[in-house]
Amino acid sequence: MPSLKDVKMKIVGVGKTKQITKAMNMVASAKLRGAQSRIERFRPYAAKYHDVLAELSSKVEGSAHPLLAEHEEKKNCAIILVTSDRGLCGSFNGNIIAAALKLAKEKSEQGMKVHFSCVGKKGRDAVRHSEYELGTSYADRMGSIDFALANAVAQEVIHGYEAMDFDEAWLVYGEFISMGQQPPKALCLLPLKAPEVEAQDEVPAEKGPKCDYLYEPREDKLLAELLPRYVNVQVYRGLLDTSASEHAARMAAMDNATRNCNELINTLTLIYNKTRQASITSELIDIVGGAEALNG
Amino acid sequence: MSVLQLEVVTPDTTVVSAEVEMVVCPGVQGEFGVLPNHVSMLSALKIGDLRYRVNGKDEHVFISGGFADVNNNVMSVLAESAEKAADIDTARAQSAKERAEKRLAAKDDKVDTVRAESSLQRAIMRLNIARG
Repeated sequence: MPSLKDVKMKIVGVGKTKQITKAMNMVASAKLRGAQSRIERFRPYAAKYHDVLAELSSKVEGSAHPLLAEHEEKKNCAIILVTSDRGLCGSFNGNIIAAALKLAKEKSEQGMKVHFSCVGKKGRDAVRHSEYELGTSYADRMGSIDFALANAVAQEVIHGYEAMDFDEAWLVYGEFISMGQQPPKALCLLPLKAPEVEAQDEVPAEKGPKCDYLYEPREDKLLAELLPRYVNVQVYRGLLDTSASEHAARMAAMDNATRNCNELINTLTLIYNKTRQASITSELIDIVGGAEALNG
Repeated sequence: MSVLQLEVVTPDTTVVSAEVEMVVCPGVQGEFGVLPNHVSMLSALKIGDLRYRVNGKDEHVFISGGFADVNNNVMSVLAESAEKAADIDTARAQSAKERAEKRLAAKDDKVDTVRAESSLQRAIMRLNIARG
């Protein structure tokens, strides 16, 4: 039986942990709101990019750009791994890392050498302990992601791809589907698959005759301008999604932790009361026994 | 008379969303103007000053390159960064300008000249637009 004081101290300790987890839950929910609104604001940009590129790539024949062309000999594969900087968010980072390592294994079984570059500390640490090569890593940036960061990350693989250093590039991140769902996702960045015109575009526009687009400069030059930026857009989306997913995962994890703390406090209080009762009972027995002995 | 809907969007926000009478854009092959009922077009833009006219008054927006899409009287400008003239942080632009000038003056092989030049260009353009 633990002593009364030990149990009391334990209850106080769990109570303090509960305060922390509760505070973290609230901080995560505030940050999630911010991250979600950034995704909302980014959506029109990404959607427009998608539409314009779909329209344009349907006009240009075949693989007119080095980023669209598939390399014949595949030797090197770049994987950009986006995770969070901090833990305490359940299995979120673990899932992404597992997905990335699985992909890396697949690629090395296909005879490719895998190069990792990481955004976020957790992923970087995991890659360091694996057998794969770690290139550039960006730590402590998930709190302040901006387009410039996406640009820097994307430029590296784009240059690598154009210089034939990489023959494939993948982005692994935590997709934000809903508060409860943040599955890891692997997206093939390069060779770039140009988005296709969606089916609904087949409905003819009713506003007069549809005339051809005017392009300035020529289509293929314009495509050369736009394609690398489309990679940036995709990377930026991955960053934003991961950031929102991280906060959602942390919220859920901290909510769980708070609930567990409550449960633990209940159990401990029960033990405390039982122990207290037991000691009172044994003292009473002593007193009653003593009195009996005097009377008898 | 029909009007032109102008949308200037960046990855972080929508900078301008307004019905305008005219837009003048810094295209890569020179400035061009867009009036309502313009033919559909897609053009790459360079760092520069985008002007648009609302109620006979000209407004200026700084854009750091990107592209413009005109279709059915809707003009969307997608830029990596864009700021209205009143929102430009002149102190930041000034210090960016000095930093870029210093980097260019250093004539060090390690300096990424292309990047320094474009950052200098952006800073100068921001300052010009902010001063009106």
